[in-house]
Amino acid sequence: MWRPVHAITSFAAGLVFGIGLIVSGMANPAKVLGFLDLAGAWDPSLALVMAGAVSVGALAFALAGKRTRTLLGAPMLLPSARAVDRRVVIGSLVFGLGWGLAGICPGPALVLAGLGSTKGFVFLAAMIAGNGVFELLEKNRGSRARLEPERA
Amino acid sequence: MSIDWSAFTPVSALVGGVVIGVAAGFFLLVNGRVAGISGILGGLLRPLTGDVAWRAAFVAGLVAAPLAWGVFAALPRVQIDTGYAGLVAAGLLVGVGTRYGAGCTSGHGVCGIARMSPRSIVATLLFMIAGFAIVYLARHALGV
Repeated sequence: MWRPVHAITSFAAGLVFGIGLIVSGMANPAKVLGFLDLAGAWDPSLALVMAGAVSVGALAFALAGKRTRTLLGAPMLLPSARAVDRRVVIGSLVFGLGWGLAGICPGPALVLAGLGSTKGFVFLAAMIAGNGVFELLEKNRGSRARLEPERA
Repeated sequence: MSIDWSAFTPVSALVGGVVIGVAAGFFLLVNGRVAGISGILGGLLRPLTGDVAWRAAFVAGLVAAPLAWGVFAALPRVQIDTGYAGLVAAGLLVGVGTRYGAGCTSGHGVCGIARMSPRSIVATLLFMIAGFAIVYLARHALGV
């Protein structure tokens, strides 16, 4: 059951997540590119960001275990997709190209916008436009599938 | 490969990572969802009843983070060297790719690896390889 308190806890989670991005250096695109530049003067810092986040995250998933309800009574809604299909492969490669072009992924894009960075806003606007392109592609795919069910 | 020790910030990286993990873990245990930012944001473009407020709130929290930070400390210095055309191209690729691939650095990278999802581990390897490759091309092969 969704309750208004979940919007408050959601805000808190986003806030703390964003502070983690700032502390870790993930919100600084130049630092992210320093990590992605293996052949240059490599800055390994972001490997430690991942290590820290994944360790604590793994603990939380272990605590969540087989619970079907959260501590606040909401249903546990974990992703059920398991297949490594064409979509996840192509999508992740496309995402990686964009990430490597600017050093910005979705979380930091929102933090940079909050910082009032003009370039951050431009990236965020383009990213949301990209989300919109995806929705249009999905819509067309859906209507094609309805028209030609045998090829869906 | 040579490590740039002057840029290496192990303590803040690890501490920041732990804070990210705490946020993702809290979100899981309280809201029952994976803190995948591309999905949370992208889901706002197909609004469903009862599914909007928590998404908007999470996004607002991320945007508010630097404002909250600014109350207590100097705002972090960020550096974006990519030009405007590059940022638009990059944003579009990230926007389409993360939705098509159903996840980004947070959903596949942090949460997916933490729950040992093979799908997310593959996704993370792929977006990192693509990121390494494009930076190599831009900085070393093409020298732009």
